[in-house]
Amino acid sequence: MKSKHIKTLTNLGLKQTVITGGCGECQTSCQSACKTSCTVGNQACEK
Amino acid sequence: MLDKSCVHYFIQNDKHLVVDGNSAAVHVVDELAYELIKSIDENDNLHSIDKLRGFINKNPKFAEVGDEVLELIEANLLFSENLLTDIPRQESVVKALCLNVAHDCDLRCKYCFASTGDFGGARGLMPLEIAKEAVDFLIVNSGNRKQLDIDFFGGEPLLNWDVVKETVYYGLEQGALHGKTFRFTITTNGIGLKPEMDDFINEHMYNVVLSLDGRKEINDKVRQTVNNHGSVYEVVVPKFQRLVEKRGDKSYFVRGTFTSYNLDFTEDVLHLSDLGFKEISVEPVVTDPSEPYAIKEEHLTEVLAEYDRLADIYLERLKSSKPFNFYHFNVELTNGPCIYKRLLGCGAGHEYLAVAPNGDLYPCHQFVGDEEFKLGTIGQGVLNEDLPNEFKDNHVLNSEICNKCWAKFYCSGGCKKNNLEYAGKLTTPNELYCSTEKKRLECSFYIKASLC
Repeated sequence: MKSKHIKTLTNLGLKQTVITGGCGECQTSCQSACKTSCTVGNQACEK
Repeated sequence: MLDKSCVHYFIQNDKHLVVDGNSAAVHVVDELAYELIKSIDENDNLHSIDKLRGFINKNPKFAEVGDEVLELIEANLLFSENLLTDIPRQESVVKALCLNVAHDCDLRCKYCFASTGDFGGARGLMPLEIAKEAVDFLIVNSGNRKQLDIDFFGGEPLLNWDVVKETVYYGLEQGALHGKTFRFTITTNGIGLKPEMDDFINEHMYNVVLSLDGRKEINDKVRQTVNNHGSVYEVVVPKFQRLVEKRGDKSYFVRGTFTSYNLDFTEDVLHLSDLGFKEISVEPVVTDPSEPYAIKEEHLTEVLAEYDRLADIYLERLKSSKPFNFYHFNVELTNGPCIYKRLLGCGAGHEYLAVAPNGDLYPCHQFVGDEEFKLGTIGQGVLNEDLPNEFKDNHVLNSEICNKCWAKFYCSGGCKKNNLEYAGKLTTPNELYCSTEKKRLECSFYIKASLC
């Protein structure tokens, strides 16, 4: 169905990544203030 | 059943946005869809798809938009149940080390979490032998991971520059022998930065973090020399500009801290942009609330409004000839991390460890010097086997507060050290942090919606 009222910005498929994810090659995401890596959600998957 | 516990909707300027926390889905909707979603959320009787169909049938204005909402619900992208439970625990390998190569600093910043560089202990530098052992440790303990991270941190790492350089050379040599690639990062205050250091950093460091708070009077009020003589801003700005100019497209961040002295921190972000920096991060100070510069509950309204103001100006700048990247408005919505990464968060205590100058191992740089959290030594390895699992299991799905939060899979629970200091538990988040993080996420989604 073509959406007229709603546009979904995400395409993350988190459930699927239970099977496909976990390679661990992404950069470490320190979340403390002094290291400037506050969230995990800003990183791209490197797979 | 419709799970309404993790759905968040908000209006920012002309955009209506809806976040489904359990699936991490973000939707930009029109006013009618927003009205329907809000009605569903607020009406306790609308707890199932059948009830919702009945409601839509009785309200003809929702007929068309109702189909779209139902489609999202059936696809588990709106009012979705928490389907991400019982995620298998991953094997632990260490893939990143923070090397505190100098427990000393040539500045005396008032807000320094490291007690102006010494981490509450003796001032000292890491010997090369310890740094090399750390490289070996990382290679041995990283399992099949190919990409490994080493952060040169302190204190001020430039005070131990020869060890930084030799460690990089050793890492490159050993990485080639063992099929590993090192990503090096250095964080510096810039005081001792020399042109030859720029060249080495630009050649070998995957990322460089340059500490500068913004406007001269703001920076110099809290970032001061040992004798509080002269302007730190005037010394470091030309050096940072020189390094960045030569850096090309490689990653860097000019990183500032805002305090209660500059709740109008948008001005500092813009000042950094006007100095020519395109990669900017400015974030709130984390400190004891009794400090005069601490951000406290009473400042929160002003801080959140300032992020909105920054988002508006940021969007204008993105469309102008002076765009810049504000780190905390970055969010990856289509190729983001897998669920394992979102649960691991920072990985402190198991994937990511910190090494003190004497070789002692801690869960991360924030814990260095805290004997209760000492994990072992770089020579003997991790001797405390319980702590790594405790860190690993303390993720958002095991936190009562985080598990009900719409931001859980973007934030991943925040800094565990901050949690511990605030509430005495790794999994109980700091409310001030939560509020600012949620606001930054709202701004990030709004910016994405405005650009699509």
